[in-house]
This record gives sequence, structure tokens and C-alpha cells, in this order.
Amino acid sequence: MANLADLKIGEKGEIVGFTDELLSLKLLEMGCLPGTEVVLTHLAPFGDPIAIRVSGSYTLSMRREEAETMLIKRT
Amino acid sequence: MSKTPKIALIGNPNAGKSSLFNSLTGLNQKTGNFPGVTMEKHTGIWELEPKRSVEILDLPGIYSIYPKSIDEELVINILGDPKHPDFPDMAIVVADASNLKRNLLLFSQVRDLGIPTVLALNMIDVAENEGYVINSIKLARELNVEVAEVNAKKGIGLNGLKLSVIKTLQNRFASNDALPLPVSDEVIQEVQANFGEAEMYRSLLWLMEHDRMKMFSIQQRETLDAIKSKHHFSSKKYQSEETVKRYEQITEVVDRCVINLNRQWDAVPVKTWTDRLDKFFLHPVGGYVFFLAILFVMFQAVFTWATYPMDLIDGGVATLNDWLKGVLPDSALTALLTDGLIAGIGGVLIFIPQIAFLFLFISLLEETGYMSRVMFIMDKLMRRFGLNGKSVVPLISGVACAVPAIMSTRSIGSWKDRLITILVTPLMSCSARLPIYTVLIALVVPEKNTLFGLFNLQGVALFGLYLLGFFMALVSAWVMKVILQAKEKSYFIMELPTYKAPRFKHVAITIFNSVNAFVFEAGKIIVAISIVLWVLASYGPGDEIAQSEAKIRLANPTLQGVELQNKISADKLEHSFAGHFGHFVEPAIRPLGYDWKIGIALITSFAAREVFVGTMSTIYSMGGEVDDANATIKNRMRAEINPATGKPMYDAALGFSLLIFYAFAMQCMSTLATTYRETKSWKYPLIQFSYMTALAYLSAFAVYQWLS
Repeated sequence: MANLADLKIGEKGEIVGFTDELLSLKLLEMGCLPGTEVVLTHLAPFGDPIAIRVSGSYTLSMRREEAETMLIKRT
Repeated sequence: MSKTPKIALIGNPNAGKSSLFNSLTGLNQKTGNFPGVTMEKHTGIWELEPKRSVEILDLPGIYSIYPKSIDEELVINILGDPKHPDFPDMAIVVADASNLKRNLLLFSQVRDLGIPTVLALNMIDVAENEGYVINSIKLARELNVEVAEVNAKKGIGLNGLKLSVIKTLQNRFASNDALPLPVSDEVIQEVQANFGEAEMYRSLLWLMEHDRMKMFSIQQRETLDAIKSKHHFSSKKYQSEETVKRYEQITEVVDRCVINLNRQWDAVPVKTWTDRLDKFFLHPVGGYVFFLAILFVMFQAVFTWATYPMDLIDGGVATLNDWLKGVLPDSALTALLTDGLIAGIGGVLIFIPQIAFLFLFISLLEETGYMSRVMFIMDKLMRRFGLNGKSVVPLISGVACAVPAIMSTRSIGSWKDRLITILVTPLMSCSARLPIYTVLIALVVPEKNTLFGLFNLQGVALFGLYLLGFFMALVSAWVMKVILQAKEKSYFIMELPTYKAPRFKHVAITIFNSVNAFVFEAGKIIVAISIVLWVLASYGPGDEIAQSEAKIRLANPTLQGVELQNKISADKLEHSFAGHFGHFVEPAIRPLGYDWKIGIALITSFAAREVFVGTMSTIYSMGGEVDDANATIKNRMRAEINPATGKPMYDAALGFSLLIFYAFAMQCMSTLATTYRETKSWKYPLIQFSYMTALAYLSAFAVYQWLS
């Protein structure tokens, strides 16, 4: 299954789940719920951290290893 | 008489909470400390009606009631504990309307705690630009609270907010006492049986977060843990389900109250300014170039702009002292006033221009939202050295002062990253080092020379010292990363806020507060040490000082006038208490090129390094000629002759050796005290002091031996 770190700039995905319980708590309260649409908008130099647009409302940055815990479905 | 109602201001970071706080309270603000925690507490008075005021308490920005870092714990400690001295009568939750769902999560949690709440909808203009129209009347009805539309930055809508607050204070309607999720009643009842009647959500919060709440004793924590295990209650699982459930409810409410024009007309979302600016600021090459350029301009400007007011202050103090000495009778009291007190105060005042400029830049970077971009592009680099993108803010703030910088590490979630950041932050050249750098650079770096005809060479040297401090901080961090072992993972989930024009009032308040704190906090120590130093330099053991004059006259029968006076005062200083201290440490600092006079300055600097310049003025105004009207400290040090070589004392080798020593040495009691408070252990301030002092000594030794 694809995870958020697999996206390229401009690609979209829909959140389906998480693989890390502790990180999922933080991501959930930041509005990253299953079913939410995310777009990869920026990559920091060396491709890490990354920044995503969460359901078109704001920009969230996280590290690549954190992005790997977010499972997505490409849309 | 009823007491002034307390209102807590709560909201997501970047929702406009501080703007609203400033708009409501203006200059009626007070900065204090929360009891038991070293966190700044911002309160202010807001006048609702004539003769009716409320106290506004500004709480740290959070995304949910469940804390993720130390600074966030404060909120749950206040809101979760009705007996807390800062427990509010009601709350205003500030919500960013352009990001409504996420902001309403926190709102719903606060409301469920049973605290009467008003929702202040901010940034409605931004939401409308993005195509969202919010029906706030309907929203108020759905949420069963007062809703006020405000523009916090421009101060619009405050009257509406006043009405909402007055109504809420009168009716005190708290929410319907319901839990967001079904939990078996027995669990709640058992908590309530042990800890008294309370709102259900509050009881639940106690059960889940008691580890982070100071209100509970160890036994009470054991009781709560026992309840948890008896009912197989998992906090994480509950929290995750609660968040999802709340978002479901919020989505339903928002769908009924907000019209999305984009969806209706299938419009293409407009490219915002933030998108365009990020293309540049987050660029793999351009981003770094821009960041370095900003830092360079900052230091070049601080060094060149600030020198004008600084020269004025420096000259003004010298003139005042000369004038006073001319007017007042020649007595010990006059000397204490001029060479002790006024020289000491001058040493404090001279910092003001540079501190003001530094805080101007730092608060502009914070205000505009650029600082979080810096974290974003720096994270990967910083991580290699055991730091974190969020370490950038403490490190940059460390350029102003290590004390607030170390306190700002609280936003770093990982303990190891945070500890390393705390330990290395004082290597960043703080503003207290600036006057030392300024004086020494002026002595050993030629002024007119320019690099490519563009830059002031002294400015380049100063920038170099700052870079050196930063470089050393990275190297030390890397070493600590290797030594310290921790399994705990750090995380970097962080919002990149939209860019905003800085609020100049806010910037001005920040500058004013920091200058104020410096003058009155640090200033007290500096003036006190200057006076103590003057006493130590004026009096000595036995009658050595009294005999000085006769001894010198006897040894130099041909000397006359000023020259004789200089020799006598130099001898007096050498035989004073301070002189004895200086001589005592001289063997240890000889290899670095320092004499006993610098030894005195080093000893006094260990309490606070900013006294170096003051000490130097005290020492040299006592040991040298005092009738020179332009006798500023720089000129006096320049005129100092090395008795061993007959050449100027402050040559390149000594100058750079001293610069390096001051760049690395741990000479600040306040920083060590802050490290203790933040790490809750004497081990870490001790480590910090030892490694920095060793680093300073060895580096200064190497530099002196290499250059001389």
C-alpha cells in the first residue's frame, strides 16, 4: 500500500490509515483524518521534510519517516 | 465586592490569539510567571463597560487539549483544575475561520470541560477570499454558544465580542454535559467517587492525562491508574476515537453553516501569495541563499546602524563623568559615583541599541511566518548534528539572549533534541557579547578596509564570530548526539502558516519588553558588580595602598605630574583586592596572553559576561589618565602598553585570543540557572559550564600561540 512519502510534488492522495499510534494522534488532531484529501506541495532540500496541503485548507510539514506512517490511496 | 472575572484566551497557533490579546488589552499588559513553572504569563485588563473590567489571560497556542510538549501542558493544568489560581471564569476560543474544522476541535474540547465559552471567529476575510461564506448566526445556534466575528489584527468587531462576553458571563451557560464518546458510566462514576463531582469530560481528562497534571499526588495517580486497568481503559485508543468522533460532528455542523463557493461553481482555487513566496523561500538553493542573506544583512546592519547611538551613549557617559569630576569635590564618594556607578550604568545603556535591533529582526521573522520556513529547510541539516528544525529558533534567539532562547526549547517535543539544544544554545553569541566584540574588534581589526569594496571589515569580523559560535554549537551538538543515548523518537509535524504582514505595534511591544527586561534585570547585576568591583579596586589588604604613593616617589625621584600620578594609581590598583585576585589567576591565563588586569575582568565576567566592558572601564580609568576628555574605554585600551614588549598591549594575538575566549566561555549565571530550571537537574548546568569553559580555554590558547 502506498504511503504519503511515495507522492511526488503536485500528486494527490486520500488518507486511509496510520501505522504508528502515537504519531496518528498528532496527525488526527491536525485534521488528517481517514478520507481527507492531501496534496504534496513542497519538498525541503534533500527531499526531507515534506509539506502537504490538508483538505485544501492549510499546509502541514513533516519528516519523510513520519510521512511513511500515513497510508494513502492515490487519487 | 466581586472580584475581576478572569477570561482565558485559547486558540490554535497562528489563529490570531496574540493579535486579539493586543487589540483587547493594548498597553494594559503585564508579564509575570505562572507559579511553579518558569513560563511567561501574559495577562492584561480589558474594559468591557465603564467601571467593569475583566482580566485576560493569554495561554500558549495549542491544537488540542491533549498536550504534546511541555509548553502545552500548562493549558491542561489550568483548565483541568478548578482549584488552580488561574482557572478562568470563562474562555474565548479564537478560531481561524479559513481553517474552521481544525480550530473547532479545540473549541469543542474546551466547551466540554464545562467552561463557559465564546467563539471568536477571526480571519473571515481570508476564508471569503478562499471562497467560504460562514453563517455565524447559524453556527452560534448549532454550537449553543455566543459567536463573535472579529478582525483581531485591525481590531474590528471588538464591540460584538464584548456583548458576547457580557452575555456569557451573565448566563454562564456551559455546554450540555455530555461525553463525546460513550464510555461506560462506571468508569466516570468511579473517578467521581474518588475525586468529587466534576464535568464528565473533565473526569475523563483526569483519568487520561493525570501524569502531566500537577494537581495530583502520587497516591491519586495510582488510584487513577488502578481505575484505568480495572476497566481496561486505553487512553491512546480513546483519544484517537474521540478526535475522529469530534471531527465527524464538526464536519456536520460546518457543512450546515458554511457555503463553499468553489465547490458550487467548480472554480479553480486562486494561487495565493503564500504559494508564490514559498516557491522562492523553500527553494533548495534559493531558500538557503535567502536565509543566509537575511542573517548577513541582520548582522551588518546591527553592527553599522547601532554604532551611532552607541557612540553617542559611550561619549555621553564619558562627558558626564568628566563634568561631574570637575564640578564635585575630589573625594572617594565622587569616585564611587563616577567611576563606579555611572560607568556601570553606562555599560548597561550601551547595549540598548543593539538589543533593540536584534529583537526587531527576530520578531519580524517570527511575525511574518518566515521562521517556520527556516525550520523546514534546516531540519534535515540540523538533524545530522543531533538537533531539530525547531532548534533553529532557540539558536537564532540565542543571538539576543540565551535565557529566553533556552526557554523557547519547550516547543521541541523530543527530550534528547531539547536537551542538546539547551546545552549548545549559549555558544551562540548573545547580545551581552556584542559590546565585548565591538570594543575588541575596533582594537584589532582595521576600520576602513573593505572586502570587495562592499563591506565594512569590522562587520565581516563580527559576522565571522557569530558564524564561529554557530559552527561550534553544531560540532558540540554532534558530539553530544554520539554520547547521549535515547530511544525516544523526535517528531516534526508542524503547520506552515500563511505569510502575514508584520504588526508593527506587536513588534514594538516585543522590542520594548526585551529592552526593558534587559535594563532592569541584567542591569541590576551589572551595576552591582561594577560597584563591588570599584570597591575591590580601591581598597586593598593591609596598608599596601596607603604606602603606594611614598613607595613610587621614592623609587622614581625624577618623575613629575601626570606620569607620576599614573604610576601611583597603577601601583594602587595592583595592590588592591582586585589586583590580588588578578595576580592570583595570572599564571593560569598567561598562556592565553592575558595579564592580571584582564584576569580581573575574567573573574567578574563569570557572573555575567556583560560586565567585561564595565570592568575594563573601571580598571583603566583607575590605572590610567583620567583628565582626557575623550577617554572612552576603547581609547584607553588602545593606549595600554605591554610592559614586557613596550608595544601596544592589545595586539592581534591578544585581541583574537580574548574574542575566542568570550565567544565560547560559559559566563552567565542567569543562563546556568535557566538550564537548571529547564532540565530540573544540576548535572546539566555543570556539564554546560565545564565543556564551554574548557572549549574557551583551549581555543584561546591555540589562537594566542598561533598568532604571537
